[in-house]
Amino acid sequence: MQQQTPIEEQIDLPFVESLRISFQSLKIRFGRSIITTAGITLGIAFLVSVWTNNEIELALQESGRSSAITNLDEAAEQGISTKDIWLIIMSLIVCVVGIANSMLMAVTERFREIGTMKCLGALDGFVVRLFLLESGFQGFAGALIGALIGLLGAVILGLKNYGLDLFFYFPLLPAQHENGAFQLGVLLLILFGCILGMILAIIGSSFPAWRAAKLPPAEAMRTEV
Amino acid sequence: MPDIVVKTEDVVKEYRMGSNVLRALDGINIEIERGEYISLMGPSGSGKSTLFNMIGALDRPTEGEVYIDGQNMSHLSQRQIAAFRCHRVGYIFQSYNLLNVRTAHGNVTLPMIFAGIPDKERNEKAEKLLDMVGLGDRMYHLPDELSGGQRQRVAIARALANDPSIVLADEPTANLDTITGREIIDLIKQLNLKQGVTVISATHDLKMLDVSDRIVDIRDGLVERIRNRDEIEIEVGEVGGHE
Ligand SMILES: Nc1ncnc2c1ncn2[C@@H]1O[C@H](COP(=O)(O)OP(=O)(O)OP(=O)(O)O)[C@@H](O)[C@H]1O
Ligand SMILES: [Mg+2]
Repeated sequence: MQQQTPIEEQIDLPFVESLRISFQSLKIRFGRSIITTAGITLGIAFLVSVWTNNEIELALQESGRSSAITNLDEAAEQGISTKDIWLIIMSLIVCVVGIANSMLMAVTERFREIGTMKCLGALDGFVVRLFLLESGFQGFAGALIGALIGLLGAVILGLKNYGLDLFFYFPLLPAQHENGAFQLGVLLLILFGCILGMILAIIGSSFPAWRAAKLPPAEAMRTEV
Repeated sequence: MPDIVVKTEDVVKEYRMGSNVLRALDGINIEIERGEYISLMGPSGSGKSTLFNMIGALDRPTEGEVYIDGQNMSHLSQRQIAAFRCHRVGYIFQSYNLLNVRTAHGNVTLPMIFAGIPDKERNEKAEKLLDMVGLGDRMYHLPDELSGGQRQRVAIARALANDPSIVLADEPTANLDTITGREIIDLIKQLNLKQGVTVISATHDLKMLDVSDRIVDIRDGLVERIRNRDEIEIEVGEVGGHE
């Protein structure tokens, strides 16, 4: 062979460029983005409503205004019943599985797009970053909306059970009760829900995106969904 | 001495499916000169797309070596392979493979974004390329809003974005009607003639015959024969005579 033109190294894209591409992609796929985001919203709404409801019951028990339904002995002793613990764990599982599933679906649909971008010169890292940005944004927006919906649901239920007393004893902030029971408070729960939703969305999307990005483009592009 | 752009040495590709091994390429040796228009022909399943993927660094051979511009592709780093795909090759696929989230213009600019070309420059170039393929009035449409032939034109414009020295086309006309297919072939041939781009195209399409400099017939993962243009013309003449 006559010619030995050395092949250069591919450059990294500036961050703003990645940001621009990811927002554009979210915007154009708006309908689909909404559906994926709705998966996150539902998961977090369920989680936050169960947890908030639990916080409300605890707070009103402590204030001595617990609803008659609760087994008072048990509540006074443990602060939180096994049934509630079970519900909390269940809501967490539903939330994790639901979000992971909706993100995985959304990435699998886009294997061909990933392969195509690699044909055009995308580095694996760029592909992962793109999905990280998109899913981080979706995760945060979806989780925030979900947390607010969940809060609203729990407040409505609380109003039904306790009437306006709810607002006097509303467990917004962390609190240490006299008998030693500790409450996280609804504000921290919402914050936790948002962060959890975002992290789950990011993991649920970046991990499959990373696996797709590592595939040779020919294989990624073969995938038909 | 001829200037060889692509050279394959005993390229073998095996696909493993469970305990089955399918030998899609069984030792391919070809040399392609700069500026040639090569058609890879052969029945379905003969290994054309597999070879296409090996030459375009879209997959790795199980055995053997591929040299592009004298570079052994298996010695390149990830970053070099990405740069190679970005700068040296333009890909055209049967199913267009446009990004549905980007307009025609956005599809053409993407390889230039990856190449680090500034905003203004790449926008102008995308406009120029889309004009050249006859889509000056459809630049800001999404792929979903374009016909098959128009989408393939976008793909061609995109393939040319970073002035590649090789255009690889895998059955670019298979999803198009005869007339549109003809137009696409003419467009690719023009690039080949005017810009000296080396074209390697896998195809079933007999319309490709008379624009090809050489035809590589692939059968069961092997090169069955290589025909030159003058031999082809006789055969095309014969085919024509029967009609
Ligand atoms: N990813 C894969 N996994 C398993 N087998 C594969 C894979 N890709 C191709 N093959 C097999 O390799 C052989 C060659 O396939 P290839 O796609 O190269 O054929 P082709 O000549 O392009 O056919 P066509 O004209 O239909 O496009 C076929 O038998 C095919 O089934
Ligand atoms: Mg094929």
